[in-house]
Amino acid sequence: MANQKRFIVSHAPFWHDGSSVTERSYHMMLAALPAVIFGIIKYGMPALAVTALSVSSAILWEAAFRRISKASETVGDGNAALIGLIFAMLLPATSPWWVVVTGTFVAIVIGKEIFGGIGSNPFNPVAVAAAFLMLSWWKYFDFNAALVHYPFDHMAVYPLSALKNFGLSSVEGLTLADLLTGKQTGGIGTTFSLGLIIGGVYLMLRGIIRWEIALSFIAGVFITATIFKANNPEQYAGPMIHILSGYTLLGAFFLATDDSSSPVNLVPMFLYGLIGGLMVVLIRNIGAYIDGTILTILLINTVNPLLDKIRPKALGKVV
Amino acid sequence: MAKPRFEYESIDSPLSPEKIPLPKKATIYFKRPYDRRDTLLLKIGDAVKTGQKLLIYEDSDVYAISPVTGTVAGIAPFIGDFGESYTALTIDVSETDTFDEEFGGSFEEPNFETALNYLKTLPGNPPLSDFADPDIHLNTVVVTALDKDLLTLTNQHMAAANVDLLTRGVSMLKRITGVHKVVVAIPQKLIRRAGAIGGASGVELRPISTDYPSALPAFILKEVLGQVIPAGKTNLDMGVSLFGAEALANLTQAFEEKQIPVIKRLTVIRKDLSKVLVEARIGTPVKEIFTALDVTLQDMDRLVIGGPMTGNAVYSDEHPVTPDMDVLMVQDSKDVSLVSDYPCINCGDCNRVCPADIAVNMLVRFCEAREYEAAADEYDLHSCIECGLCTFVCPAKIPIFQYIRLAKHELARSAMEVEPAGPETEEAEEGELAAKEPIETAEAEEAKEETAQTSEE
Repeated sequence: MANQKRFIVSHAPFWHDGSSVTERSYHMMLAALPAVIFGIIKYGMPALAVTALSVSSAILWEAAFRRISKASETVGDGNAALIGLIFAMLLPATSPWWVVVTGTFVAIVIGKEIFGGIGSNPFNPVAVAAAFLMLSWWKYFDFNAALVHYPFDHMAVYPLSALKNFGLSSVEGLTLADLLTGKQTGGIGTTFSLGLIIGGVYLMLRGIIRWEIALSFIAGVFITATIFKANNPEQYAGPMIHILSGYTLLGAFFLATDDSSSPVNLVPMFLYGLIGGLMVVLIRNIGAYIDGTILTILLINTVNPLLDKIRPKALGKVV
Repeated sequence: MAKPRFEYESIDSPLSPEKIPLPKKATIYFKRPYDRRDTLLLKIGDAVKTGQKLLIYEDSDVYAISPVTGTVAGIAPFIGDFGESYTALTIDVSETDTFDEEFGGSFEEPNFETALNYLKTLPGNPPLSDFADPDIHLNTVVVTALDKDLLTLTNQHMAAANVDLLTRGVSMLKRITGVHKVVVAIPQKLIRRAGAIGGASGVELRPISTDYPSALPAFILKEVLGQVIPAGKTNLDMGVSLFGAEALANLTQAFEEKQIPVIKRLTVIRKDLSKVLVEARIGTPVKEIFTALDVTLQDMDRLVIGGPMTGNAVYSDEHPVTPDMDVLMVQDSKDVSLVSDYPCINCGDCNRVCPADIAVNMLVRFCEAREYEAAADEYDLHSCIECGLCTFVCPAKIPIFQYIRLAKHELARSAMEVEPAGPETEEAEEGELAAKEPIETAEAEEAKEETAQTSEE
């Protein structure tokens, strides 16, 4: 027995597909990069500064919180960096540093860590932070004011605010190509719709985000906007403007699909997405806010636990 | 959208097994806890013959068949998975085999009594006791020519290599058990070769899918017989007995040759995932198999008995070949996947992959929190067919499968503690109380033992 070899003993199964939480975070960030890089090129150094500050401060908040609460180090899983990156994408390029740092604090500490960290947050941390800032300091999310000094070669008004304040005629000049190629104003990572779509498709194909949620969210926007348009073509914008401007795509691919705060069963995923899409257009068309995406995400996060009770009947389940 | 799919490897003709030489020492297990105070019927130095039925405890009819000829070298306790306790008997093997005659002379015609008396521990583990259990009413036997776990070829090989033997075996099995419905489940690729099993004897031959986990009991019933096992029940509750091709082949061979087979076929999966079928004596330490196959074992490797998805890792290469060891796998230390204590991130991959449609994301939360009853009542713990796929895909590397097995184990254990109401429980309680007192009376000792036995059963 003395020269026994020492083997590793563990439980079945003895294979693993190699996926990891870290890998998922990095894929998400990779998918966000086209839109982010476009934003940095478009808005220059201020955008880079906001993005860098947002990512780094998110990581630091998480590291600090874990240390103070004597919990294990988790920044290595990349989730904090991901939250920082997505949060930066929502912001105008000229956001002051304290807005960014406060935002990441709210996202990481209030949105995620106090619930127990990754996997336990009932709301999307980024949406919590964005909603908090929008309600507290709404003028920093006024893209028209924030980007007033930029000499754009395209319509300089934020499409959704133009739509809300000046009616449909004000956005008629925007073509589909403009919206796709980022010839519109908005957050650092929200204007380049094509980049977001590429990233989203990548994530869906890799199985990192749940395609049911992303596609039904977009379908919800499409259907609701089409109904509005059909009822009153003079007053309401068509579905493409709603899908390709504001936070819709970012919401569909990066916010609504947050693992912890969204459903995992099939029917609930579709309902969750559809309700989200519906609410986005409702808020934009008849609500008080310019873009309803952030509040919509929080709303569907709230109904998620209830929705996710709808699940398939397990094998051999006796009712 | 990516969802992993596993397919059982299937073969269309028999393999040529590698013969492992007779070991110097062989170990067999008796399915009864070792107790030093029992009078043992065997002692060190006793001679045993190949195929001899060995009883070890006076008060128990638990037997094992000596796979070799030689002398008893040691008797010791052995603790298996989930703390199950066995008695291990080690035999010094002599080079020439002398076959024991007792079994051969004990019957004229194959009959169930004899099978139960001698053949329960045949290579392939035929589930014979189920037929004798008064609480189980079997009406169907499914003979499967597919192995439970991935990369395993043992039963497929046995079906491909023993078509005629199995055909006779099916008729014999019908005769001795009185069960008339026998279904042979066979993978598509083997049908050409082994489709004749059963011949004209009214045996149904049905294809079995090679998509994992179609060879797990719940899926054999669902896909081959079209029956869904209610959660928490087993194939036995449905009246279905599952025989591997190997078990039936050995059962038939035993009766035909009047000699108890002692050679186990098993698939060995090497570090590079290449497979080889071997023939080894029951009781052969697995290290002898690796030596014969030129596989070098190193520290931090992992030895797995029972396949990559559902097996058990063992801590010693002295572990013997047992009647139910269909597959033996070795993983190099660099390929060893580990679990973590990371929380569930709710990605839903497990729900997608679960063949039993369980909301695994919720189930694992309850299991982690040791809320086993809620897990069973609300989140379908007992629907789990134990395929291991959820754990395979989990990015947080949570040992979900083990949590589920533990939950089931704990529930079964607490059910056992509550159920046997009446005098026996009272006595047991008394025993426990008495045991706490400084002076242990003989009575208390006895009662304590009873408690120990009830909780172990």
